[in-house]
Amino acid sequence: MQTNQILALFCGTLLVLGLIAFFLGRAKAARVRASGTAMYAQPDQYAWFSVLSTAGPAIAVGAVGAFVMLLAGAEIPVLYLLAASLVVGCAGLGMGIALVRPDFHARQAIERVIRFILAGAALISILTTFGILVSIVGEAIRFFQMQSFWDFITGTIWNPGASFLEAAGRAEEGASAAQFGSVPLFAGTFMITLVAMLVAIPVGLLSAIYMAEFAPQRVRTLAKPVLEVLAGIPTVVYGFFAAITVAPIIVDVAGFFGLDASFNNALAPGIVMGIMIIPFISSLSDDVINSVPDSMRQGSLALGMTKGETIRDVVVPAALPGIISASLLAVSRALGETMIVVMAAGMRPNLTANPLEDMTTVTVRIVAALTGDQEFASAETLSAFALGLVLFVVTLSLNLVSVIMIRRFREKYRINNL
Amino acid sequence: MNIQVAERSIAPMTGHSAGEPVTRNEEAHHELSIRVRDLNLWYGASQALKNINIDVYQQNVTALIGPSGCGKSTFLRCLNRMNDLIPGVRIDGLVEMDGRDVNEARMDEVALRRRVGMVFQKPNPFPKSIFENIAYAPRMHDLVSRKADVDELVERALRDAGLWEEVKDKLHQPGTSLSGGQQQRLCIARAIAVQPDVILMDEPTSALDPISTATIEDLMDKLKRQFTIITVTHNMQQAARVADYTAFFHLGEVVEYNDTQTMFSNPATKKAEDYITGRYG
Amino acid sequence: MSQPFDEISAQLRRRHRKSARLKWLSMGALGLAGLFLVLFFADMLVKGVPAFQQAQIQVEVDYSERASQLPLAAVQEEVRPLVSRGVLRLIPGRMEDNPELLGTTRMEWVLADGQVDQYLKGHHSKLRDSEQAVVDRLVEQGRAELRFNTTFFTRGDSKMPELAGIASAAMGTLMTLLVTLAVSFPIGVMTAVYLEEFAPDNRVTQLIEININNLAAIPSILFGLLGLAIFINFFGVPRSTPVVGGLTLALMTLPVIIIATRTALRSVPDSIRHAAFGVGCSRWQVVRDHVLPLALPGIMTGSIIGLAQAMGETAPLIIVGMVAFIPDVTSSFTEAATVLPAQIFTWAGEPDRAFIEKTSGGILVLLAVLITLNATAVVMRKKFERRW
Repeated sequence: MQTNQILALFCGTLLVLGLIAFFLGRAKAARVRASGTAMYAQPDQYAWFSVLSTAGPAIAVGAVGAFVMLLAGAEIPVLYLLAASLVVGCAGLGMGIALVRPDFHARQAIERVIRFILAGAALISILTTFGILVSIVGEAIRFFQMQSFWDFITGTIWNPGASFLEAAGRAEEGASAAQFGSVPLFAGTFMITLVAMLVAIPVGLLSAIYMAEFAPQRVRTLAKPVLEVLAGIPTVVYGFFAAITVAPIIVDVAGFFGLDASFNNALAPGIVMGIMIIPFISSLSDDVINSVPDSMRQGSLALGMTKGETIRDVVVPAALPGIISASLLAVSRALGETMIVVMAAGMRPNLTANPLEDMTTVTVRIVAALTGDQEFASAETLSAFALGLVLFVVTLSLNLVSVIMIRRFREKYRINNL
Repeated sequence: MNIQVAERSIAPMTGHSAGEPVTRNEEAHHELSIRVRDLNLWYGASQALKNINIDVYQQNVTALIGPSGCGKSTFLRCLNRMNDLIPGVRIDGLVEMDGRDVNEARMDEVALRRRVGMVFQKPNPFPKSIFENIAYAPRMHDLVSRKADVDELVERALRDAGLWEEVKDKLHQPGTSLSGGQQQRLCIARAIAVQPDVILMDEPTSALDPISTATIEDLMDKLKRQFTIITVTHNMQQAARVADYTAFFHLGEVVEYNDTQTMFSNPATKKAEDYITGRYG
Repeated sequence: MSQPFDEISAQLRRRHRKSARLKWLSMGALGLAGLFLVLFFADMLVKGVPAFQQAQIQVEVDYSERASQLPLAAVQEEVRPLVSRGVLRLIPGRMEDNPELLGTTRMEWVLADGQVDQYLKGHHSKLRDSEQAVVDRLVEQGRAELRFNTTFFTRGDSKMPELAGIASAAMGTLMTLLVTLAVSFPIGVMTAVYLEEFAPDNRVTQLIEININNLAAIPSILFGLLGLAIFINFFGVPRSTPVVGGLTLALMTLPVIIIATRTALRSVPDSIRHAAFGVGCSRWQVVRDHVLPLALPGIMTGSIIGLAQAMGETAPLIIVGMVAFIPDVTSSFTEAATVLPAQIFTWAGEPDRAFIEKTSGGILVLLAVLITLNATAVVMRKKFERRW
């Protein structure tokens, strides 16, 4: 039988059992009540309790069985598993009905079960982080068993090509051994991030200053959502824009000044990424500047400061922790951005300080390593996880620092809505 | 309508009608600092100040009292044009200083505020060090530029504000690290460092404990030798203690304006008497 | 001590100028950001709108015996290079389905080759001069023109630009998002309800909170690595399918929904809860009957925004293999599929210039859907916004 059919059968039977449980439970409760006995809960609540006591154990048995099969690879015949879980369901049904008694707190029981289910859902978020960590760290460790960690961190040559031949047992055919020195990748990532920040921080911060301090209310209510559109455009679209529209312009402009620019130059993805990140900075900075207490501004204006001086010397310094926090989030965003660089930056690891040259980034190499047809266990594939691990650690630290800074700011001015 | 009224005019009045200038004529050695004539102010459609006429004398403390919402803070903010910051405010009438109408188009509000300082209800030190809190404005106004001058000015301002002894060893700690009363004196020091003519104080002690309040009241008494001080207070004892002149505001009007002693011992109007004796407020 | 008002004005004027400069500078920055947006949309429109039109030509189709063996023979030699080869390939099939066609010759409008399309749109094409002359003549006779491009919306991917469409990608997106929604919405709402209404304020809860906030800021590509390592390699979920893509995106969308739901729950005032407790509701009853209904608009708004985000996401899907070449519309959750952004990515990598147009066309469709989704969210928020 197909998995789909089994699943349908399981669900169908369970539904029928549940319905039986509901109506039996309610009928019994109604009977008890009709006989004049006071009960702790409403008939419907007894009915729902019966349903829970039927479906809960059945689903639990099914899930545990499926998990054991997956993890331990034990071959439990699917039909037996199905039957077992349904038997357990029937037993639960009997117990649920039996518990429909005047002295049983059905409502509290339901309450406990629901709380348990909700807590289980909350645990999934932890499991996700945990899953990311385990999967990435696990594969990264396998990579570092093959390649030296020190070379990975300090090496300046990234040449995974030969690892494919090694994995195929034809190492001698590769001209040289594969090399996994990640320095050029990180250099490229930081270069593009730097370009992005040079665009995003001044434009974003000044926009926020205009919206928070100068703009009339109408402009403000219009400008904020319009800016957020920039953040809502899919990155793949930005990537296309960077590669097809911006990169040729940069090549032309560079040519005009007698400079030689690659079509995969670092400037195009950097600038476009910067545009994408503007609203991250402007939106958060705008909120932060708005929550600087008005008494600060008044204090400065009352001393005979101009509006500009007040903003520059009082408002912005007061909002600085929030602004830095926004910028750190933006940096973390830029470091992990993938599509723009995959489409517009180069593939060639290139250790250079010239943004007009092509260079590659960590995320580009992750994608490149995982979209080929290599065997999963090859060093090149696993290198993606090593790079991912570094990316994870860096962005996580940036996020944590940013959270701490914004919390400081909030405590300083006792603001609760940030 | 009453702009031609003589600058130090009219005998202490009994039962004057609103709209006439309310002034005092004794102590002729006091120079006029600010002259207010027929000042009206609207927030949108509602009128917050009606026909205010007051003469403020130099080197005195003038207290503005009255029940909350009576317009005394609004009036105070007319004197350094802080009301400009609130959208929808409309002002007419004369607020004259140095023979110039502060509301006239050519008057630069920055220049005005440099000469009319302000201390707020809640202490609002800048997010800078104690030193920078004071040095900032004089530096921007080009009053001082040499390092030694700045140091000297900061020290003088802090001494004048009675804060020097307490903070001289921690000038480079943030201003927010001080206690509430110290912060308020820091704000006063900040205001006097610019060497204004007039200092406006908007309930400067309402957020402070009684001891800090007493310190600040002493300070006001000392500062009035150099500056003209106008203070809003909700505390009548404070007005009686520190003020030379007191104006009683009610529903946007000046009901009575007199020297403090007369005001508190022998108020001319029934409303003022009722308020002072605590029948409402 | 006091200076007259006019003497300081020289220095003051300088300061006022500086202040004004800041104002203009900041206004310029906002204008620049707006200009980027306008330029971007203009560029996409100029590049993408032509994709909604496609060249068709009217040719004589000869449904002969020979054409059923050799489709090229169905049209005259002169126009042979001008007709889409994909259309010609379908001719034998059509003849099998409709035997009465055999032996007839009909004038039919058929899709022109991609190069003809580019030529008619005034772009550079690889047509030879002689071929261009034929096209020019056909245009004069009214036998070649640009028509609305239904193919673009009804067909899947193709290596021939004139036959490439977004239908399979759109279907893939729909199915992937269904999986995403089915997983992330219930779990997200339940998590938020637990954290906001049930959880004690202890270490574990704080840990979960920090976790969720961090999840929201983790680069999306790392979710792809998770999907690859856990779902595909560990649980054996088939690669490239809507299931694995949907699950991966669900984990990404989860924090968005949780955060939005918590905000919505928090905006329900405590007085409502107290009132419900006061009439003897249990905690769950309070949440189910009073708090959740009031928070629902906020939850829906947040979910739509989260879904729109997931819809535009590409990087993690590339990692789990959803950039496959899918010519036929996907019909099962466990078949290989592609999604709109991935389709855009694939087309963007095609060397043929005609694909730039397709890519931009696909982008316009994607943006239109996203803008509609986000606008719905905004309208919902406006409509149901309640001030307590």
